[in-house]
Formats: sequence, C-alpha cells, structure tokens
Amino acid sequence: MKLVFKNIDKDGSGSIALIPEESEDIWHAYNLISEGDSVTASTVRKVQTESSTGSSTSNRVRTTLTISVETIDFDTQACVLRLKGRNIVENQYVKMGAYHTLDLELNRKFTLHKPLWDSVALERVEMACDPAASADVAAVVMQEGLAHVCLITPSMTLVRSKIDVTIPRKRKGFVQQHEKGLNKFYDAVMQGILRHIDFSIVKCVIIASPGFVKDQFFDYMMQQAIKTDNKLLIENKSKFLLVKASSGFKHSLKEVLQEPAVMNKISDTKAASEVKLLESFYTMLQLEPAKAFYGKKHVERANEAMAIETLMISDKLFRCQDIQMRKEYVSLVDSVRENGGDVRIFSSMHVSGEQLDQLTGIAAILRFPMPELEDSDGAESDSDSD
Amino acid sequence: MARHRNVRNRSYSDDYDFDDVYGHSVEEDSCLSPSDAAQWMYDRSRNQQAISNFLDNHDDIQEESEELPEPSHATLERRESMDLRGLNLNEDDEAKLMSCLDELRNVLGDTTPDNILVQSVLKHKFNYNKALDEILNNKSKQEEKPKPEPVIPPPALLIEPVKVPVVTTPKVIATKIEPNKAAVIKGFKIEDGNTKSCPQTPRDQSPATRDRTPSRLDQADDNKIVLKIKENKSDPNTQFQNERGSEKDHLYIVVIGHVDAGKSTLMGRLLFELGEVSQRTLHKYEQESKKIGKQSFMYAWVLDETGEERVRGITMDVGRAQFETKTKKVIILDAPGHADFIPNMITGAGQADVALLVVDATRGEFESGFELGGQTREHALLVRSLGVNQLAVAVNKLDTTNWSQERFDEITKKLKAFLKQAGFKDSDVTFVPCSGLTGENLVKDSTEPNLLKWYSGPCLLDVIDKFNVPQRPVSKPLRMSINDIFKGTGSGFCVAGRIENGVINKGDKVLVCPTKEMAEVRSLSINDLASNVAFAGDQVSVTLSGVEMQNVSVGYILSDPIQQVPVSTRFEARLVVFNVKVPITKGFPVLIHHQSLVESANIVKLKALLNKSTGEVLKKKPRCLGNNSVAVVDIEVSKPICIERYKDVKELGRVMLRVAGVTIAAGLVTDIFTT
Repeated sequence: MKLVFKNIDKDGSGSIALIPEESEDIWHAYNLISEGDSVTASTVRKVQTESSTGSSTSNRVRTTLTISVETIDFDTQACVLRLKGRNIVENQYVKMGAYHTLDLELNRKFTLHKPLWDSVALERVEMACDPAASADVAAVVMQEGLAHVCLITPSMTLVRSKIDVTIPRKRKGFVQQHEKGLNKFYDAVMQGILRHIDFSIVKCVIIASPGFVKDQFFDYMMQQAIKTDNKLLIENKSKFLLVKASSGFKHSLKEVLQEPAVMNKISDTKAASEVKLLESFYTMLQLEPAKAFYGKKHVERANEAMAIETLMISDKLFRCQDIQMRKEYVSLVDSVRENGGDVRIFSSMHVSGEQLDQLTGIAAILRFPMPELEDSDGAESDSDSD
Repeated sequence: MARHRNVRNRSYSDDYDFDDVYGHSVEEDSCLSPSDAAQWMYDRSRNQQAISNFLDNHDDIQEESEELPEPSHATLERRESMDLRGLNLNEDDEAKLMSCLDELRNVLGDTTPDNILVQSVLKHKFNYNKALDEILNNKSKQEEKPKPEPVIPPPALLIEPVKVPVVTTPKVIATKIEPNKAAVIKGFKIEDGNTKSCPQTPRDQSPATRDRTPSRLDQADDNKIVLKIKENKSDPNTQFQNERGSEKDHLYIVVIGHVDAGKSTLMGRLLFELGEVSQRTLHKYEQESKKIGKQSFMYAWVLDETGEERVRGITMDVGRAQFETKTKKVIILDAPGHADFIPNMITGAGQADVALLVVDATRGEFESGFELGGQTREHALLVRSLGVNQLAVAVNKLDTTNWSQERFDEITKKLKAFLKQAGFKDSDVTFVPCSGLTGENLVKDSTEPNLLKWYSGPCLLDVIDKFNVPQRPVSKPLRMSINDIFKGTGSGFCVAGRIENGVINKGDKVLVCPTKEMAEVRSLSINDLASNVAFAGDQVSVTLSGVEMQNVSVGYILSDPIQQVPVSTRFEARLVVFNVKVPITKGFPVLIHHQSLVESANIVKLKALLNKSTGEVLKKKPRCLGNNSVAVVDIEVSKPICIERYKDVKELGRVMLRVAGVTIAAGLVTDIFTT
C-alpha cells in the first residue's frame, strides 16, 4: 500500500489517501474502514439522462464520488471490498444522498476520512505501508481423500481450493480401485496447485500430511511433471517442502507453521509468530492457569492491575459496528502499551486468529498470577453466550 | 423432526444389551417425541451398581454391565439417560436435584422409576430425607397391591399418560433370543389367541407376563403370521432367528497394538494355520518378500495387500479376513499400528465387538510401545472408549525371550494395571503367550517345552472362541454407518459398513443421511456372499440405486426412512479428557471421529466441570479443561452430521476428539441441538 498523503488534525479527525497495490492491501483497507467514515474514490456509475423530448439515454461515466459508508462487504476469496453508502459531495452526475456502491480497486487512489483516527487504525496504516516484501507461502495440507490448497500471506490465509474425494478402501481383490481413486485424488490436488499457486510470487510450497501421503503425492506429481514435460513444476522442485501434519483439515496448518523447517523459511510471516504466541498462551494456561486469561472482563480486570504482559486481540473486534465497543478495545490496547505490555493484533484470517476469535477474541498472558480473577468467576455471566 | 418420529417401534429401555427384556415400550396411541417419552420412561440402566440390583434374583444374566469398571465412565452413564431439560430447572437446582437423586438411588437402587424420584425431590424442595420417606411409604403401599400397576400419575408436565414400568422388578430372564420389540403387536396377537387369560391389548399387559421366553409353539406361530402378512417389515427378531438361528454367531474382532508388534503377521499366520490361505499363495508371498529382503513379512502380506503397504512393511488401512472357530464365525479387522493411521484404526475399532491387543515381548520393544506416546496405550484407550469391553492380549514374539515366564509375568502385570485403569474388567481380559512368526500357541496348544513348563492355558484360537457375542439390536430402526464407497461389479455402486441397529432387506428403501436422499437397496452381500437380509452387527456391502455416487461419502448413515437419524451440527457431549499437553478451552479446534466420519469441529462452550466419580458439578463454565477431567461441553461441527444420543444408539452416540494426531478426549452425546 502506498500512502499518498496524511492529514490528521489534533483532535484525531482527518483524512488519509492510500493506493492499494496488492490484494493484501484490500484486506487492510477492510480493517481500516468502518461505518460512518467517508471514502472518496473513483468509480463507474450508470447515469440516466432524459432529453427534452422525453427519451432517456443511459451511459456509464467514470467519476469520483465521496460516500458516507453504511455497509462494508469483503469477499475473502476474491479480495474485493464493496462499500455502500450515500453520496455526500454533489457532482454533475450524482445527487446528494443518492446511494452508491464503491468497489475499491487495486492501484487506484482512495481517500479515507475518519472522524477519529485512533492508535489501532494508524498502526494499521503503518503496517499496510510497510514496504518489506511480503513473503507468500503456499501450503497444501492433505490426507487421503481430503486436501486444502492454501495461500499464506502476512495477514491472511486463503483457502484457494478444497479437494474432497472419496477413495475406496482396499479390500480383498479390489486393490486397484483404491489405487485408482488415490491417483485421481493426487491428480486433483496437482491441478489445484498448478491453477492456484503462482510460482513467481510464492517463496515455498509446503506439502503437509500424515503418514506417507505427502511423499506419495510428491512422487506422483514429479512423475507427472516429467511425463507431461511440465517445466514449471520441474524448475520449482526445490521450492517444495514436505512436512508432517496430523490431518488434511485446515486447522492443522497450525501444526505446519510450528514446524522448525517451515519456521526457518517463513520466519517473518505474521502467521507463524501468531501461532507460536497462541501456543504459549495455552501452555501458560496449562502450567499456571492464574497467569493466562481470556474474555473481555477478565482481561480488563487484569489490565486494571497493570498485569498484562502480552495482549492478544483479534482484529475482528475492531471491526465491530458499535463505535463505543471499538473505543473500549482501543483504549485497552493503548493502556496495555502504556504499561509496557506487548500487544499483538491477530489477523482473523489466519488459523490462529480463527481460534482466538472462538476464544472470545481476546486473551492475555500476565506478568504475575492473579488467582483472584479465577475465583471471581461466579458473578461473571458470559455476555458472549450464544 | 423428533416429533414426527414413530415412537411405536421404539424401545427406550433396550439401550443396554443386558437388560433388553425389561421394561418394554409398548404401543402408544399417539405420537410422542422420543425425548418427551424418555423423560417419563423408566430406564433401568440408570444405576447398575445399586445394591438392590444385586439383591434381586437375576439368575442367569451373563452379560456383564459394560460401564461398571471405569469410575469416570460410570458417572457418565449414570446421568446419561436423564433428561431434565423438560423440568425447566435452573442449573443450581439441577445440580441439587442430581445429587439428591444419586443419594436416593444409593438407597433405593433402581426399583423406583426416576420420574418418581424427581417428582418427590422437587416436591420436598431437594430435601433428601423427606423425599426418601415419601418414596418408601409409597412403595410399601404399592407392594400390597396384587398386580403391579402404573405408578402415580406423573406430574403436570406430562402430555400423555405413558405407562410407567412397574415398581417390583419382574424376574428378568436373559435369553439368547432378542425379545419381541418392534413387532410386539404381532406377537401379542398370537399370545392372545393362545392364552385367553391374557389382557386384551399389549398396553395392559404387564411386562412380567410378556417376558416369558417365547415357547417353541409361539415361535412357529409367529413365523406363520409373518409369512401371511408378507409385508416389508416382517418381525426382525423372528427373521433374525430364522436366518441366523442355525448359523454360527458372527464375531468381529479388531487387532490393535503398537507399530511392529506383529499384528498382521500374527493374523496372517493364524489364517494360514487355519487353512484360510492356500499353501500356494503363501509360497508366492514368501518368494516375493524374499525378493525385497523382507522375508519376515510374508505372513503380514496376507492382510497387507496394497503395494505401498508391502514395500513399507506396515499396515496402513484396516485389513480384513475371516475364519471359523468351533462356535463362531470370526471376522478380523487388522488395524494399523502406526500413529499416523489412527483414523483408520478408529474406523476399524468402531466396527468391532471385541479386541485383540498384540504386544511385543521383546525387551525394549514392549516398553517403547507402552510408554507415553506408544500406541499400546492409545489404542487400548480408544477401543475402550469405542465400546469394546472384552479384550485378549497376545503377548507376541515370546520366542525371542526364550519363552521366559518372568517376561510374560512382567508384561502381564504392567498391562493389567493399565487396562484396569482404562476401564477393562480383569475378568474380561485374557493374556496369551504366543509367537506369530513361528506360529506357537496359535491354533493348537503349544508343544514348546519351555512354554509348557509354566503355561497351561488356552491357545489364541480358543481364547477368541470364548469371547461372548454381544446382543444385536435387531429390532431397532435401521442405522448403518458407511465406511467405504466403491463401484461394484454390476449397476449402481456399493457402500460398505456396519449395521449398528436393525435389519436391512433387499429391496428396502433407505434414507441416506445427512443429505436425506432416498435410495433403494438393490443387493446385499455379507463377506462377499450375496444375501437377502442383513442384521445389526453385520458388515455388509449394499448396492444402492437412486442416489449418485458423488453424493455419498464416508461417514454417512443409512437410516430408516420413517425413524430417521437426527442430523445436526451442534450437540452436547460429556467428555472424558485424556492426557493433554495443552488444556481445552472454548473455541478449541478439534477433529471429531464419529464412526468412520472425521470432521473438523469446535468446542464452542464449556458448560460444566464434573467430579470424576460422583458426577457432581464442580464448576460451571470452567475456563479450561485440564488433564483427566470430566466435563459437559457443546461441540459444533463444521458440517451437519448424523448423530444420536448415547442413550438411544450407543454406537452413534460416541465421539472421539483428536488434535494434532493425539486423542485428547472421548465423549458421549447427551443432547442434540436441532439447528
């Protein structure tokens, strides 16, 4: 993401202009824009004109509009952000108050005006504009009959394709069916890799599975590549990394990212560090339950005692519609920082973030045990009961 | 959905094999949802260990109660069939109620139906003593009456007067034959004709009269009627009797143990000795295995058939084979021992009645398989949690220690302690010294002098022969779990799996769940032999028509179209947490293994932490679940699955939770949320 200008007043209101350059940036934009902000961007609108004789013509015009955002839609698969809202700056085609839906496009500038730029939002802008080349990693987690082809970017894990094939089991005298099914499955996974992984961007391709599936698959793929003379695969053979995972389901990516061999390759990705942190939270919960807490109430109470060493918070919480709630979370983050604590904002698009989301979205490792928090449970009726 | 289920053919009390004969549900005039009904039905299985249970004169029940041994499990079971939701109690009250009930049951045993207990406890505001007084008084009054009758009309909540099974326990006669259940009506008609003194409707009939063992005469009549009616749903029990009465009992046995304990070799050798594998085939295997320098694997090749398995020398998927003993037809399921293939092993174990645990007696090998992380432990725990309660332990490769008794005793001692802790009864576990490769003590008693010196017990085959065949729930609505889908020889495609409940006939219409598509059974085959009918407990392959092959996948259930299997994404379960490295919290992503289905799921709510032995609520909404705890949680599955409450169908009410290749917990489904 490119920062074009930044114009923020002392009271925190102001506008920032940004140019998203890759799909990852759209995700950042999605996390930045909240309801009530106004966004200026160039867009295409169908304009109907009525001539004096009463015949009407419609044509599409490219124009720049400013809308006050009412609803935000993000398509995780295509990485498209749609903002719907009312026009607040009149121009020759569009009246004030007319509804329009902006599609944020890559490489086109948009200006975001917020009534209040809080620390979390500013941090997000900074992070998004960090030029450090993002290391993309592709991962295929598979087991017999099930595979997920995923793309891991610094702040997102995208499932590009899911392959679910029933493979007949081996049975007496029917071994061929099993082997045929297996080959069919491998072929489907290979097609998934070829279709969805861009070897020019991806730094490495992790193939993870329990047992020998990964080796079998890799052998199969390379054989096929040689057979069909697929240069792309042969040339990139060194990019493949075979590691162990316990299953072919998406959340076993977590195990993959903890693998030392993988860690070396992708040490700078957010995904790996998040997984590690969450793991240490769980370990703490096991060893010293009075030093690890989750849930807003507990964490807030711990913060009041200035006990928080590391705060883990999901970015989903900052996207909430309730401005008051967002303010509370932002002030929590600020106060933890003030007290010298470490704050990690988890991306809810990663497996670790997904898990944190399930775990109320907020968790903290404390500096010192606070057993009194644990005991005060009785009064706490969980607000997030579903 | 539950409302539309047909209660008529359903029996609530037969969830537990051993007390099938008691407390039948008889025909209802109106439809009552099973959960409603269950609330008011007396369920004897609630508390098997009560003292009065033993005072009663059950002369010949050989079936052992399955849940007795393991304390944690016992608690599970105790509350299992309790449905207190209908009472709208808040959680505190519920807890109080539960503890009162426990106390009451300690005194009264299971002679008093639960609804009465609940009622009186509520009436006396959880005062245990008062409630007990009242119940005892009531009881003595009732016992004066000549004929047992439905007790006290249940509280106002009751919608329909359900017949409450009787207070004085009628004499239970455990018979080999499954008692009439689904088709009670037919049976009764005959009885009415024969014995005039009998009440006119089954409803009025006391269980005591009904629970006679059907005499020869009745049986014959039964058959006649069935033939006359010629309808699709003939009486499953008689059918079972007809078809299988003369045959040997089928027994499914899963072979488990650590990697390289010699499971496949042992089984291969056993099959060879029994003549199930021809000399020629074996010679071929010998030559081929020699070629790749793995001659010791020649017997294992009998079961490991794929090239991959043979090259690597390990079993990867469940292999199966069959042989016959003196009294049984045994089907062996050879499970993989490698940690990576535990999902396959679970599939195999889920279909088995009994298990054979193979351990390697070689010094160091046994230890590595048995220590933490070894598969011996995990497998044993898994099969136990999957409902297997009879176990034979083959102490294999004892020839390497020169048939040393010390070694055998050492292993036996260690395993006994562990197996007891895992919930196996001592009497249900048999240890056999043997050697798979040399074939010692497998089918014939050993001739090895070193072994004969101290061992005079049975050989492996005799041990297998001695296993009890569990009762088959033939008369319950059909449930068959699919664990394999393949193209058959003819038209259509085949699904293979185990029938958990009920009967499947050629030409039946079945419902493929959870997609709820109707399909027709074109043909059936049991162990590659075509058949017209298959019963609960059988492994069958069913040729289906009317559905697309792509629309069926492993883990689906074939269900009775009328009494359907519940489909849901969310359910409540009571978990027993094993040794876990990290505690289980809310939102914990797990893999759930349910029959052959593997699906990703989340623990969405930790409801309560329970006391392991008493089942009391220790803490509501715990923050996390640590090692060896027992808890009630809600689990949400990413896709709708077919699941049953444990009290309804045991096999479909069990789940295993696994994370990162380790089994972290076993659970029993206590409630299903319709979503």
